Amino acid sequence: LKLGLDILFFQYCLSGHPTLPCNVLKFKSTTIMLDCGLDMTSTLNFLPLPLVQSPRLSNLPGWSLKDGNAFLDKELKECSGHVFVDSVPEFCLPETELIDLSTVDVILISNYHCMMALPYITEHTGFTGTVYATEPTVQIGRLLMEELVNFIERVPKAQSASLWKNKDIQRLLPSPLKDAVEVSTWRRCYTMQEVNSALSKIQLVGYSQKIELFGAVQVTPLSSGYALGSSNWIIQSHYEKVSYVSGSSLLTTHPQPMDQASLKNSDVLVLTGLTQIPTANPDGMVGEFCSNLALTVRNGGNVLVPCYPSGVIYDLLECLYQYIDSAGLSSVPLYFISPVANSSLEFSQIFAEWLCHNKQSKVYLPEPPFPHAELIQTNKLKHYPSIHGDFSNDFRQPCVVFTGHPSLRFGDVVHFMELWGKSSLNTVIFTEPDFSYLEALAPYQPLAMKCIYCPIDTRLNFIQVSKLLKEVQPLHVVCPEQYTQPPPAQSHRMDLMIDCQPPAMSYRRAEVLALPFKRRYEKIEIMPELADSLVPMEIKPGISLATVSAVLHTKDNKHLLQPPPRSAQPTSGKKRKRVGDDVPDCKVLKPLLSGSIPVEQFVQTLEKHGFSDIKVEDTAKGHIVLLQEAETLIQIEEDSTHIICDNDEMLRVRLRDLVLKFLQKF
Amino acid sequence: MPEIRVTPLGAGQDVGRSCILVSIAGKNVMLDCGMHMGFNDDRRFPDFSYITQNGRLTDFLDCVIISHFHLDHCGALPYFSEMVGYDGPIYMTHPTQAICPILLEDYRKIAVDKKGEANFFTSQMIKDCMKKVVAVHLHQTVQVDDELEIKAYYAGHVLGAAMFQIKVGSESVVYTGDYNMTPDRHLGAAWIDKCRPNLLITESTYATTIRDSKRCRERDFLKKVHETVERGGKVLIPVFALGRAQELCILLETFWERMNLKVPIYFSTGLTEKANHYYKLFIPWTNQKIRKTFVQRNMFEFKHIKAFDRAFADNPGPMVVFATPGMLHAGQSLQIFRKWAGNEKNMVIMPGYCVQGTVGHKILSGQRKLEMEGRQVLEVKMQVEYMSFSAHADAKGIMQLVGQAEPESVLLVHGEAKKMEFLKQKIEQELRVSCYMPANGETVTLPTSLSIPVGISLGLLKREMAQGLLPEAKKPRLLHGTLIMKDSNFRLVSSEQALKELGLAEHQLRFTCRVHLHDTRKEQETALRVYSHLKSILKDHYVQHLPDGSVTVESILIQATAPSEDPGTKVLLVSWTYQDEELGSFLTSLLKKGLPQAPS
Repeated sequence: LKLGLDILFFQYCLSGHPTLPCNVLKFKSTTIMLDCGLDMTSTLNFLPLPLVQSPRLSNLPGWSLKDGNAFLDKELKECSGHVFVDSVPEFCLPETELIDLSTVDVILISNYHCMMALPYITEHTGFTGTVYATEPTVQIGRLLMEELVNFIERVPKAQSASLWKNKDIQRLLPSPLKDAVEVSTWRRCYTMQEVNSALSKIQLVGYSQKIELFGAVQVTPLSSGYALGSSNWIIQSHYEKVSYVSGSSLLTTHPQPMDQASLKNSDVLVLTGLTQIPTANPDGMVGEFCSNLALTVRNGGNVLVPCYPSGVIYDLLECLYQYIDSAGLSSVPLYFISPVANSSLEFSQIFAEWLCHNKQSKVYLPEPPFPHAELIQTNKLKHYPSIHGDFSNDFRQPCVVFTGHPSLRFGDVVHFMELWGKSSLNTVIFTEPDFSYLEALAPYQPLAMKCIYCPIDTRLNFIQVSKLLKEVQPLHVVCPEQYTQPPPAQSHRMDLMIDCQPPAMSYRRAEVLALPFKRRYEKIEIMPELADSLVPMEIKPGISLATVSAVLHTKDNKHLLQPPPRSAQPTSGKKRKRVGDDVPDCKVLKPLLSGSIPVEQFVQTLEKHGFSDIKVEDTAKGHIVLLQEAETLIQIEEDSTHIICDNDEMLRVRLRDLVLKFLQKF
Repeated sequence: MPEIRVTPLGAGQDVGRSCILVSIAGKNVMLDCGMHMGFNDDRRFPDFSYITQNGRLTDFLDCVIISHFHLDHCGALPYFSEMVGYDGPIYMTHPTQAICPILLEDYRKIAVDKKGEANFFTSQMIKDCMKKVVAVHLHQTVQVDDELEIKAYYAGHVLGAAMFQIKVGSESVVYTGDYNMTPDRHLGAAWIDKCRPNLLITESTYATTIRDSKRCRERDFLKKVHETVERGGKVLIPVFALGRAQELCILLETFWERMNLKVPIYFSTGLTEKANHYYKLFIPWTNQKIRKTFVQRNMFEFKHIKAFDRAFADNPGPMVVFATPGMLHAGQSLQIFRKWAGNEKNMVIMPGYCVQGTVGHKILSGQRKLEMEGRQVLEVKMQVEYMSFSAHADAKGIMQLVGQAEPESVLLVHGEAKKMEFLKQKIEQELRVSCYMPANGETVTLPTSLSIPVGISLGLLKREMAQGLLPEAKKPRLLHGTLIMKDSNFRLVSSEQALKELGLAEHQLRFTCRVHLHDTRKEQETALRVYSHLKSILKDHYVQHLPDGSVTVESILIQATAPSEDPGTKVLLVSWTYQDEELGSFLTSLLKKGLPQAPS
């Protein structure tokens, strides 16, 4: 039984990563998980998984403590002054201890990057609820997970290092291993079976679809403009509204534009997933990407673009489609290598309804919305599931290769780093903003190839955020603590933080936040028959009152007021009644009274109704009306009336009704 | 009393030119804007003067909703919006918005270019009309204005077909358009949630039919095609470019693959090729199987089916040709038919409904000598087969949908009166739901009852619900409160809170009754007797004997006093407030009857 009558709402913060959020909201007794991000930066601490045996990597020296103790040399390897764990890479999961995750009723997913921890949550915590996401989010999320599982599983690694995680040992390790958080909770990748089971718990939703949860709460996804099918969410009841803004973009790339208007009138706006590179302009970065690519290829070098198999790659291919002919590069092959490359390219073409207006109108012609269809048709772009097989026959250099994973720790990209790293003719261009490129490159040092950093992050920057907040005016903003201060490396940049009034409430991993709601009302329906029977009276100009006596019905957290049952017919005297049968139900309450009794008018009324021999005495606080004949005394004061009489019910009721005439009922 | 009014301007006891006016809570919505295949005069379009005699369409209508791209549901749209004049929003799904203008243009060409009609809408009008369209997603709640909202549900039938819920406050209507409750080779089945509308307006094309399984019809179809080509005959399948054509192509394609057949299959070019592209790009609207496998194999990229050239018709040997239009009334399908009709080895399969007057209708009704233009008589020796592949719900499907949505009432459109009558009875008897079937121009009025949503203070609600959970709460409990109405803001609060909010003081009304008892004992003893008497009777009440000698029943105070003049009489002072009126009154009358003899 869920009674949605809690007065306080809480947010449990399970992830410390501002762009890979995982929060749990307790809202009207409904437990809602907002996103399920998986922090993969943990993999940067591990050695890359090479597709082809790499003598360089396998010959790296083991690491030993300062005192020469080498008991960790099987687990830890040293490369150009950095220490790496030689093991199956592991991911940093959202907090699982802060709240019992089996009590989560629903999970709302905002975009395909923010669902990567889903199998860990749905398969291993006793979760029995429903996950809501849009169709593109699910389809592309599936591709991302499939790629990840494939990358990891096709290079089986015997060793799973754990010694280094021991708290006493971790202390002795060099940075960043020493400072890695929650290492004991790091987990290996899930399996495809777990992925499928997790995805089977998802229910598809469309933008602006109102979804009722237990009759108490309504959730609605809104277009967020960041990726295919990406959404912000409204979580609301009749009197409270939380907006969850996660990964939104105001730039015109391929997705449908962000719906800002629906975020208005929020009590609380939870703000996550802002740009990770607030100082870089995405358009400028794309320009730099193209010019660096052209420069390298013209000099006979190859270009490697570590990337995810969906998202920015569509925009990059579109740019290249327009750029390569004018730059005289039409003969340079573009390769897209990923186990899900084909699926990703195909899926991108069928989500017309989730695309920006320009792309939609192409579908109406009917033409494919993305020009990569033409690149494929004209053989300029070729896609392969991996470097093995057809690719090795078709492979021509110089070329441009798009492949994953952007962490450079697994996937086909590892092979190209090993293959091209030694030549300064080649260039690796980092476009994905999720990983520090210097850390990503660390296990490949020393490198001769050029490294260009062109992070393309289309999510909101702080200027856009402040405009957005002015526009939608939430009462309170809640955000990760990282957004309430300038980035550590640019501590003087006071413009690189959220500036709003009242100041944003910040949260960090494993914290519980009481949300600033003052909940006072709940929706209830007055049934038509009852509504007809109400007698409103105007108390003050514009304000009317009606007293309501009704039967309350509550079902599925919806409340109804129905007319009281008609009093039973007076029973005929045939059946002998027991004395107690007539005892009235004391719960039948009379209304409260208000007002005061004007003595003169009251006395006149008494006379009109046949009372005589009336005497009025003044007292300190009011008057006493004496009905001498009836031995009755009525004390009248400002806020009270007291009728003292003999046990003459007829008389008492008459007097009562005359008094009531002067009072208002509530 | 609020009410919902429905007036069909078309499709009332008829198939064709669907157009239904709905008035709900002061909002006027037009559902579909179709043309009639059977007429070439004024009757082909709905009679919009029903609205315009009282003013402009735009002033009267809040919005127009188009359920799918078939012309009997959207064919009058450019006439309506550009020639009669409507500038408000027109809602339809994305695929409908994409395909609708193409079919309209096709329709316009046939009417103007081939039949030479004047005063018909122009290409520009189609474009201008489509500019007024707002595309909707499935399940998206579209706010037409502050009060009126609409929501689309998947309907199967054809690509992009949708059912629509129209809602104002707590009143709602669902309009099905055409729908199909069983998935077919390329589309899924219609689905709606238990949205409990006041009214469900449903099509009833197959109101009396319970169709055999789709599998049987498919097997039959394949068998006939196969036998004909085996004996060297040619098969002509007249189709419309979009819809059944794709379903039958998928069917033949998979059969050819399985049986490894080499006989050529052709598709007449033009529209159909384009049509297949739409299916490829709108994969999320197709059935689950196609959606799941489209990356490996897009079902709308046919390997065995090739583009048709008119010269192929004279090629010797067997072949299968899909040609438009579907009723053999003009164009390529009719040309091929004339060439092949004379050979008894050949076969024509009509996969859908044919309107009276068309060649298709004539041969289906058994005519074998057809008079063609130029007084030529065409003798039909080829075999003629009819096979219903129309994707409409049958009686079972309609009942199923009514069961899913749980409406208060049902209204039938898009069907023949006789068949509707049968279904109406069935719905009223089996589902116990009232059912209507108005003719065109006839208005059905349904009273609705409106509940009023108000905000109840959490304190009051909590107090009530906590007591409602107590075990003795079998008797209906009454909630007391005060409704404060300020502008359109309605709040229900406890009476105390209402007084406080309005800055009013409570006025306490108290009664004290003197009850005379004949009792010679001391006051304390009298009080004790009163206590035990009341205690024995008022089992459900809280009766207390206080140390000062007084007795309380709930909050009612009883004191025993001894008037000095008469030692044999005691006076009980019973005192209560107006809020305890019932109990107080009951106690005085009870005590007046005296106390039972004390067991000494």
